[in-house]
Amino acid sequence: MTEPTLSVRNLRVEIPTRRGVLTAIDDLSFDIAPGEVLGMVGESGAGKSITGSAVIGLLEPPGRIAGGEIRLAGERIDNLAPDRMRRIRGRRIGMIFQDPLTSLNPLYRIGDQLVETILTHQRVTTGEARRKARQLLEEVGIPAAETRLSSYPHQFSGGMRQRVVIALALAADPELVIADEPTTALDVSVQAQIIALLKRLCAERGAAVMLITHDMGVIAETADRVCVLYAGRLAEIGPVRNVVKHPQHPYTIGLMAAIPSLSGDPDEMLAQIPGSMPRLGAIPPGCAFNPRCDYSFSRCRAERPEPYPAGTSHAACFLHAPEALRQAPSDILQAATAAGISLPNTVDGAS
Amino acid sequence: MIAFAIKRFVQALGVMLVVALISFMMFRFVGDPVNQLVGVDTSPAEREALREALGLNDPVLLQFGRFVVKAAQFDFGISYQFKQPVASLIASRLPATLELSLVSAFFALAVGVPMGVYTGLYRNTWLARGFLAISLVGVSLPTFLIGILLIFVVSVHLGWLPSFGRGQTVSLWGVWSTGLLTKSGLQSLILPAITLGLFQMTLIMRLVRGEMLEVLRTDYIKFARARGLSRRAINFGHALKNTLVPVITITGLQLGSIIAFAIITETVFQWPGMGLLFLQAVQNVDIPIMAAYLLLIAFLFVLINFIVDLLYVAVDPRIRLGGARG
Repeated sequence: MTEPTLSVRNLRVEIPTRRGVLTAIDDLSFDIAPGEVLGMVGESGAGKSITGSAVIGLLEPPGRIAGGEIRLAGERIDNLAPDRMRRIRGRRIGMIFQDPLTSLNPLYRIGDQLVETILTHQRVTTGEARRKARQLLEEVGIPAAETRLSSYPHQFSGGMRQRVVIALALAADPELVIADEPTTALDVSVQAQIIALLKRLCAERGAAVMLITHDMGVIAETADRVCVLYAGRLAEIGPVRNVVKHPQHPYTIGLMAAIPSLSGDPDEMLAQIPGSMPRLGAIPPGCAFNPRCDYSFSRCRAERPEPYPAGTSHAACFLHAPEALRQAPSDILQAATAAGISLPNTVDGAS
Repeated sequence: MIAFAIKRFVQALGVMLVVALISFMMFRFVGDPVNQLVGVDTSPAEREALREALGLNDPVLLQFGRFVVKAAQFDFGISYQFKQPVASLIASRLPATLELSLVSAFFALAVGVPMGVYTGLYRNTWLARGFLAISLVGVSLPTFLIGILLIFVVSVHLGWLPSFGRGQTVSLWGVWSTGLLTKSGLQSLILPAITLGLFQMTLIMRLVRGEMLEVLRTDYIKFARARGLSRRAINFGHALKNTLVPVITITGLQLGSIIAFAIITETVFQWPGMGLLFLQAVQNVDIPIMAAYLLLIAFLFVLINFIVDLLYVAVDPRIRLGGARG
């Protein structure tokens, strides 16, 4: 097996506040293989963006990585000196932010921002950098690239600006691209183009992508695998088709049921998950999802589940623990099976 | 760009005409000018002759027109108390005030901007907190008190710098007397310049600090970091440039105030500038000087604002396109 481009192990991110330390990310592990697109989904505040910021080393102070490891192509990057981490940013990890309208410095020409980025990471002359800048603009589909180099950001539309942002993020051919809600601020009609562009350019370069979004449509179309976060913890991770079609974590089931479908009855009420995600300071003991879960039982309130294999996915839910059949009440097991959860087929008598 | 400049120029002319009207009104409402000119024993016939000679019996509009035309040629009449042309009186005092003001403004910028950047970038260090504490003093203490304190400590106690006057001056091309070229002139300049510039310095420092904190939180700074740009490029290229628009505005406006309100500092340090001249004019109801001073200050404000507008355009491309190309 080849080395994953990004490997996150037991990541823990803490935010010290006046009223105590909040744990924004708790014991999160996942890998992204070279060239793979991993979708990160979850509600607002689930920790998607913080995970992205932690990987690229740009957590907003006072947030800090309090535990775990982040490895880029095998090399540990979470404990690098600031200056060495700076050299990795942009060069080996590119990042795209949500709002293209505010991502570009309004006072600098597009060309100057591109050339500046290229010169920071590559030993080339200004002339070569400028040629490369033009080439990048052409690649992201900006017409009349040569003249557009001397335009200012406000002279571009939102979609065009996001293309420029993509060009900037890819300027140094990074191995990993973190796209933090790259289309949320855009027109629906432009979203699909931008996602397709991002996917094509990363595929051409063989770059792995961490795609942060709450748009399941984008995930279903773009991602190879998907990672579902809930209250800073991993809920479920697996191939996108399985997670979307056969979710194995009760939270994912609720999430998928809440997506309106075109073929559905227009008068039908959308399913919703009762309650709301807990605030970081008030995560219940045991499984973070247990107060909202239809299938929770005593163990869910006492212990924290680790990710168990669940079909082709992994789900952090005790229904997938080998000993689940023995521990959970039979009515809950029945209801879970009816909801599509594939229970473990063997009873592990050891514990 | 040219259309923009012309538009601003026309606006400036309008402002100047209004100010001219106000200074013209002073002549009519602050007592009868003839009374100021003649002695008590002048006969009514002589007064009437003088009135006629001065054109005071002409229609008001004609008088105003004459005032504007003359003012445009720098002819502001004769000072009542000095019996000299006002223009030459002001011309002899102008260099002192301008040198003091410009050196103060330079001091305020040269010290205020770096302090602001520093306190913005490293806001939790002791030095930054010290700067902020000092700036509080600068903002809250009145100018005359700072001047007197400086004189007391530096001139009287320590005896390092002269406490009043302008020192030795050198005449340049016969029209501009400068104190910048002699040692005593420079020494004399230090205390008044600090006194006059301290408030502006703290203002600029706080402004730059606030803007830096604001800008450092923006997405484009975050994106610049994510692109791996060096700290220097981010802090001084991307961040500082974005703080400049408000700084230029305030500095421009403050430069006008520095010149206009140099009066107090000039009084404290007996600085032979326009402020001192104006104060004497007020005491002696010397209206021609007051009117000319008013016009000059208004002109400087208008000029500075015009330059500030042009600077905006140089710094922020969005203004350029909004104004000129549409």
